[in-house]
Amino acid sequence: MNSNNKLLKSIAFYALVVVIVVFSVFPFYYAIVTSFATGTALFEVNYFPKHFDLGNYETVLGGRTFPRNILNSIFIASTTVALALFLAVTASYALARVRFRGRGLLLMTILAVSMFPQIAVLAGLFELITWLGIYNTPWALILSYTIFTLPFTVWVLTTFMRDLPVEIEEAAIVDGATPWIIITKVFMPLLWPALVTTGLLAFIGAWNEFLFALTFTSQEITRTTPVAIAMLSGASVQEVPWGPIMAASVIVTIPLIILVLIFQRKIVAGLTAGGVKG
Amino acid sequence: MTISNSATAQNGAGQNGGLSLQQQRQRAAFWFLAPMLAALFCVAAWPLMRTVWFSFTDTSLNDLYGGKWIGFDNYLRVQTLSNGTVRYKGTLVDPAWWNAVWNTVRFSLVSVGCETVLGLIVALVLNAEFKGRGLVRAAILIPWAIPTIVSAKMWAWMLNDQYGIINDIGLKLGLLSEKLAWTANVDTAMAAVLMVDIWKTTPFMALLCLAGLQMVPRDIYEAAKIDGINPVKVFFKITLPLIWPSLMVAVIFRAMDALRVFDLMYVLTPNSAATKTMSIISKENLFDFDKFAYGSAQSTLLFAILAIFVSLYIWLGKVDLSGEGSK
Repeated sequence: MNSNNKLLKSIAFYALVVVIVVFSVFPFYYAIVTSFATGTALFEVNYFPKHFDLGNYETVLGGRTFPRNILNSIFIASTTVALALFLAVTASYALARVRFRGRGLLLMTILAVSMFPQIAVLAGLFELITWLGIYNTPWALILSYTIFTLPFTVWVLTTFMRDLPVEIEEAAIVDGATPWIIITKVFMPLLWPALVTTGLLAFIGAWNEFLFALTFTSQEITRTTPVAIAMLSGASVQEVPWGPIMAASVIVTIPLIILVLIFQRKIVAGLTAGGVKG
Repeated sequence: MTISNSATAQNGAGQNGGLSLQQQRQRAAFWFLAPMLAALFCVAAWPLMRTVWFSFTDTSLNDLYGGKWIGFDNYLRVQTLSNGTVRYKGTLVDPAWWNAVWNTVRFSLVSVGCETVLGLIVALVLNAEFKGRGLVRAAILIPWAIPTIVSAKMWAWMLNDQYGIINDIGLKLGLLSEKLAWTANVDTAMAAVLMVDIWKTTPFMALLCLAGLQMVPRDIYEAAKIDGINPVKVFFKITLPLIWPSLMVAVIFRAMDALRVFDLMYVLTPNSAATKTMSIISKENLFDFDKFAYGSAQSTLLFAILAIFVSLYIWLGKVDLSGEGSK
């Protein structure tokens, strides 16, 4: 009786596990299945892969603009991340290791900026960007993405640096090291794992951003991939090119999924340390 | 070799000026913070101030510098017509704006509520020890890693009225009596949006909840088991109170994300009044309908609503966001 009960419980538990996994993975799996179907095959509902036709991928990658959109996304996201990390490392050292008045308030301000609704700065940023003459260039997006990558990286790196042992720094100070030397020579080697994690999370954020990219670009060739996918359209309004859309979706998502799976543990640690953004 | 040069220069200054170590460090801290603060001022504080300023003017998209100060007219304007009737104009009496506010609030309440409950369930599952736990954790990271636009498009295809797999499954299981136009139909558009958002964001909640759960010492559970206490009771009396602080932090971050949502509805249910949010209506007025100042007023209102909400939440919930209190 008791063992029966136990068996029932573990069956129920594993059923729940299966439901969670299927629910998580199925939509992306179905996008991959669809991306290999062309023509009328697209309009049959297939639960399992039946066709293997690379036509949609050829359409998307052979198109005039999509490869360019991918390059735009890569350039913008990596430049944004490099810039944010560069500014964040020194700032978070000051926030984590130096005592000064107003530090708590400053930290709260930075956190508040990371929760800023993007729409609230859209009009002002548009003015700034046209004034700088960078509208419809990658620099417009690199500048505007700083609003969410920088507070996030500062916040996560600060929590990480706060936990580094005091002894290392004290030893360096006794040896006469200046704060700059402490950061570059003593902390940087210890910070690499945290830099990789925050960098990756900021990269994903910049890669996925939509509102700024939609507003600050005006031509097909200056778009980033999310905007390009949102705007993919067929010959007429009624004719949505689902095949190419799914192929493009798979292309921009696969690298992210591979990165996330490789850095799984670090990402979970980084997300929970910062507790910021999804 | 600028590094060593500046280093010796700083050392020299420290000795000559007779600055204490603490003062020297504080001075360095200022210069370390300055570039970051300057950058944040340029991309956050300044644009926000300009948006608020625009909301009190009649600026148009084509002439950003030609706006005149018109006070609160974009928010509320009282007009007395010659025949004596009084008319109110402005965002605060605009039914489209209040519809957007209601949509956003409804969306946020339901999505954050569902995501918290489901996230807790998934976290409890992942906190148990079983074979293949790593695999499950990898699987739930997939929706989180997919760009919002891509997930909106994937689900738009799955929810397609004629060829969508959701309708197919629903018909086969007998849950639906006919194929539904999920995203186009006014009654189901919000449900469709919620479905996608819950799918995409539950993993994030689950991971944050899991982090909280893993800080609960295992021996508490052991003790409760020995005393023969019902697992449900253990959850509500022990686990939940212990993870409450981290849950509160997770909920506020999700709520802030939900209240400013833009991309999901913009792509999944374009132009549907049933799902138009505050961010979407502001963006449309700013850049699509040539009502730049009016849109600025709406973005300013959105910012004010969020600021009030988050202050109340932190104040009433006594949430410690900085993590300094625990140190």
